[in-house]
Amino acid sequence: MADDVSLDQMHDRHAATVAARRHFLTRFVIYGLLVIFAAIYLVPLLVVVLNSFRDQQEIARNGLISLPRSFRLEAWGQAWSTYCIGGTCEGMQRNFYNSLKMTIPATIISTVVGAMNGYILSKWRFKGSEALFTCMLLGVFIPGQISLMPWAFILGNLGLSNSTYGLIVIHVIQGISFTTLFCRNYYVSIPDDLIKAARIDGAGFWRIFRKIILPLSSPILIVTVIWQFTGIWNEYLFGVVFTSGQQQPITAALVALTASGTNVRAYDVMSAAVLIGALPPLLIYLFGGKYFVRGLTQGAIK
Amino acid sequence: MSTLTIRSLRKNYGSVEVLKGIDLEAQDGEFIALVGPSGCGKSTLLAMIAGLETVTSGEIRIDGRLVNSIAPKDRDIAMVFQSYALYPTMTVRENITFGMESRRVPKPQQDEAVKRVAAFLQIEPLLRRKPGQLSGGQRQRVAMGRALVRDPKLFLFDEPLSNLDAKLRVDMRTEIKKLHHRVGKTTVYVTHDQVEAMTLASRIAVMHQGSVQQFEEPATIYNRPANMFVAGFMGSPAMNFLPAELSEEGGRPTAVLPTVDGKTASLPIVQALPSDTPRQLLLGIRPEHIYRFDPDLARRKPSIAQIDAVVELVEPTGAETMAVLRLGGKEVTGRFDPDGTPRMGETVTLGIDMARACLFDPTTQRLI
Repeated sequence: MADDVSLDQMHDRHAATVAARRHFLTRFVIYGLLVIFAAIYLVPLLVVVLNSFRDQQEIARNGLISLPRSFRLEAWGQAWSTYCIGGTCEGMQRNFYNSLKMTIPATIISTVVGAMNGYILSKWRFKGSEALFTCMLLGVFIPGQISLMPWAFILGNLGLSNSTYGLIVIHVIQGISFTTLFCRNYYVSIPDDLIKAARIDGAGFWRIFRKIILPLSSPILIVTVIWQFTGIWNEYLFGVVFTSGQQQPITAALVALTASGTNVRAYDVMSAAVLIGALPPLLIYLFGGKYFVRGLTQGAIK
Repeated sequence: MSTLTIRSLRKNYGSVEVLKGIDLEAQDGEFIALVGPSGCGKSTLLAMIAGLETVTSGEIRIDGRLVNSIAPKDRDIAMVFQSYALYPTMTVRENITFGMESRRVPKPQQDEAVKRVAAFLQIEPLLRRKPGQLSGGQRQRVAMGRALVRDPKLFLFDEPLSNLDAKLRVDMRTEIKKLHHRVGKTTVYVTHDQVEAMTLASRIAVMHQGSVQQFEEPATIYNRPANMFVAGFMGSPAMNFLPAELSEEGGRPTAVLPTVDGKTASLPIVQALPSDTPRQLLLGIRPEHIYRFDPDLARRKPSIAQIDAVVELVEPTGAETMAVLRLGGKEVTGRFDPDGTPRMGETVTLGIDMARACLFDPTTQRLI
């Protein structure tokens, strides 16, 4: 009997080591793959970051992809304030401000409207509200190119062509589909009983929104703000079509910068300019990314 | 003084008729329970009283005032929800004062009201906490506090205990009863739990498929259920229904039903029968009115009738023992004292208290 037990134990121990080895192997494969995928995304960024600190001559000598032999910050300064794009030598700063001037109001307005829409479409349903919501959802699927011509017509009539205000109008309206979808789906998961209780307590439409819905909204508002901010900041098509020169947002100006190189391509300045253009969404994501993932799953899975 | 009167109230959702002409009334200080299975329309009815659902036709009056198209906040009601519906971002205190803030009650008056209600429900230590930091029972108290603080005309409860575990539910039930005793407000209480309805209510409205089946005091509902639905719904284990044939023996009506091995028994009917009583009957007998027959008992209760049955299953619960018995082709549940429990497989002679039996017409399902 005693022998049996020890045999069993040995068998168990052997099985355990086999399992542990297999476990280790699986882990190794999984982490290996993850590292490879991460590298695919990170290496180009790394190249651009390194090039922004390298000397132009050195880039020319050693090629675009190579470790830096020198370290200098001049390219950043040039890209920001002195580099010449299409005749004006002010760098990207004006376009950077244009982008801010466009993105911040458009983000705020579209988020507020989306929150209101979501509140109404989830908690104050009326006849046809579901149909209306479906129509608004279409906006999520219609690509921006399709609306280029109508927008040209509208902006022309409003006298808003070649201005950041025109872009604000476009981004607010194009963005409402997304913000409404996000907020509505999030608010649907807030129990209706809360609204009923508040109605009995004598609170009206606005008081319920301010005192009950808004305080519960931070996850979804963070998601919407990040989504809108990155989307609007990174948007290129409308910017390049409806504005020119000093009115252009940074995404459109970056292209102008690559096109305006008269003789030598200034890879160092271009790298710095691209990074300046990419920094705000990156920072936003760094600060809010945690909430972004959390809020997105909360909204989507119900 | 506050009363509630409901006259031929109807509710349609499109072509679906949810409530089919409800008549109800609550006297001042009464505790009305609306009880029924899920989907019977009881919660819709409550929401209509609260003003959260529109009225298709009929009328709702609170204190004689027609409130059909009056907003919930102007009906002077307070409601406790099944989910408690406490505002999650506010403290307990803010939850309780939210209604007063909405109505712009002056601050000192608010403080006084909170103090009074918190002392009443013993929730003073919880006032600064958020609902997420409270246990189920505490949330329940806070929800009641929010309702109590307003001193409304009418209290509405929508299945307030169904989210609590079994033991707490019984405790809170007692608390609600005490509370009603002390406050004395007219109350409408929705539940699917017939025990809650029986213990709390001064009158019970049993609802089924959008209409009120019976609206009476608990004892009447239990002892003289208006139809087979009420009889089957109220009481656990449920009332037994036995098909029987109306006959006569020595000038007195009897119910004849099959027992064991193809034999029949005829049980004398105690109640007076109307002339149009059908020949086929359903005999409704509650489990506690089935005894183990003994001559002593028969001497004390002359209405006891004898009948044989086979014991199929015995389920002891501690305080009492349920036995499933086979009588003719039917299974019957009896409730026995644990000391005198029959054994499985045994053929027993039962004593059925015919004075407590209910007779139903199988076609109309109504009480005879």
